[in-house]
Amino acid sequence: MSRVFVVAVDGSSGSERALQAAIELSKMTDAKLVLAHVIEWSPFTFHTPDELAVRHKRREEELDRAREVVLGPSKSVTEEAGITSDTVVRHGHPTETLIEIAEEASASHIFIGRKGQSKIRTLFFGSVASSLVQTSPVPITVVP
Amino acid sequence: MPRLLCLLSVLVLMPQLAWAGLDETINAATAPIASAISAVVFFKITVFGAQLPLVVLWLVIGAVFFTLRMGFVNIWGFKHAIELVRGDYSNPNDAGEVTHFQALATAVSGTVGIGNIGGVAVAVTVGGPGATFWLIAAGFLGMSTKFVECTLGVKYRNENSDGSVSGGPMYYLRRGFADRNMPGFGKFLGTFYAIGIFIGALGIGNMFQSNQAYVQLNTVTGGMFDDLGWLVGLVMAAVVFSVIIGGIKSIAAVTEKVVPFMAIFYCFFALIVIFMNGAALPEAISNIFTGAFTGEGVAGGALGALIIGFQRAVFSNEAGIGSASIAHSAVKTNEPVTEGVVSLLEPFIDTIVICTITALVIGTSAVANPGFAGDATGIAMTSAAFETQISWFPIPLAFAGMLFAFSTMISWSYYGLKGWTYLFGEAQLGQTIYKLIFCAFVALGCVVQLGPILDISDALVFLICVPNILGLYVLTPVVKRELDSYMSRIRTGEIKKFKTSKAS
Repeated sequence: MSRVFVVAVDGSSGSERALQAAIELSKMTDAKLVLAHVIEWSPFTFHTPDELAVRHKRREEELDRAREVVLGPSKSVTEEAGITSDTVVRHGHPTETLIEIAEEASASHIFIGRKGQSKIRTLFFGSVASSLVQTSPVPITVVP
Repeated sequence: MPRLLCLLSVLVLMPQLAWAGLDETINAATAPIASAISAVVFFKITVFGAQLPLVVLWLVIGAVFFTLRMGFVNIWGFKHAIELVRGDYSNPNDAGEVTHFQALATAVSGTVGIGNIGGVAVAVTVGGPGATFWLIAAGFLGMSTKFVECTLGVKYRNENSDGSVSGGPMYYLRRGFADRNMPGFGKFLGTFYAIGIFIGALGIGNMFQSNQAYVQLNTVTGGMFDDLGWLVGLVMAAVVFSVIIGGIKSIAAVTEKVVPFMAIFYCFFALIVIFMNGAALPEAISNIFTGAFTGEGVAGGALGALIIGFQRAVFSNEAGIGSASIAHSAVKTNEPVTEGVVSLLEPFIDTIVICTITALVIGTSAVANPGFAGDATGIAMTSAAFETQISWFPIPLAFAGMLFAFSTMISWSYYGLKGWTYLFGEAQLGQTIYKLIFCAFVALGCVVQLGPILDISDALVFLICVPNILGLYVLTPVVKRELDSYMSRIRTGEIKKFKTSKAS
């Protein structure tokens, strides 16, 4: 069975670098890539009734946009490099959902870029990369 | 937008300019209509010396019938409701859709309002501590009515061409009756309901809220806003305007996030007050039970206490009025029954938890310090009960009241809008006209004391429970079938928990 790596992509320059690193490593190990994008969402938030009424439509729009703007370009980058890849876009908690995707794909490794945000921001909001490092069941590569 | 604001201010200032004249003219013109409608809707029969409004009887009989017919779903459905809200049965592939929790939270923020704080105080004053017992009983029965309403709301909702969903009584009355070969009657009831909810939204869900919020703000600031009702009204209308027309969703989003915490915060401090009155608690509780069956000192005795308790519960949780099923209809589910089950929690939270806590605050305070409130009634009485234990509490209470009023207005603006679009279609211009009318009424609620107009709106809100409950009776077999099929699939394991299936 060939190896599978999950790459977290969000269109940022950090995630482009993570993708490059993943491509390099998969060339060497003949691994397949899963390009994963998570739209931040929680089932326990509060909304007004009109927002709920249009939610279904919004969700479709969000998914389409993610496929078009984030996953599409990343997919072409992997194709140009001659690597096979799948794409996944899903709503949810960023860290938990990435782990879910990795488990479903039986991935052996997750690649993620680092935002390089300020210390204050990290203090208040944490970062996906660092919480992933602490909770992931598989090895993580954080690309600066 | 500036032009619209300008128009709005003219609408608001007009009654201010013609202050004395306008109020009275409107009142004089509408009073006969109001008293005629009220006399019909709140037609009272005298039973053993107590005045029993028929509409309350109609709602209670419905609630008892649905409780029996659904086999006490309000008891055994409770645990399942919590599992559904927690998301145990949610398909992970539906992540990003409207969850059970979100639909419930929105419906709750529409029902939890100033009535939970002030209305209960009035009920306990008039109906004695025994009214609390009947309030809880009615809340419990109302859970079954809600179950039926919300199941139907989801089952017969409409998916519009733009991908949004509209649901609620007007849709299940029309489509449900058509399914049962009564299309003409269903159409009539649907239209009747839509008119009622549209006008009701301007009163109970709008003017009453903005008026109470203003009164409370004015009281807590020691009369700083006397004669400044037009200013408070204008500010409130502008905020509502910016949310429902300006599309500044962030204001609503903030309120929707703050209101649940306000409710929790209110209950938390109320429990502290009850705890501080701890010595009086056993007596207060025994008063509730004895009062329920003896009705000592209450006009109409035990029956009087019962009527007041039931009436308060119905006003508060709106079970039977059908409004909340509009909000519940937005949920993502393939099984209408699931949302019905989740909606059981709504009267539970609103009436059995929050209203009862208010009643206990007042009950224990009355035992501990008789005459604590002086002449104060309504929300001022609750406020006084808090003040005897926590001196600064009336201020956050007033703030919470404003936010409750605001979130109720936002929810009801949507309910009214659904009535409007049902009648006049989804055209943008029509929707904007409705929203402008709605904002004008927000301001108007603070400026003028339009008793008769409020009476008409109150009466209409209760009038629509006639077609609604009639529809629920006719459609009961549909709900029962859905419920039985759903429960048997739960038992056979055809419907599985996603969470446990993943873990195993």
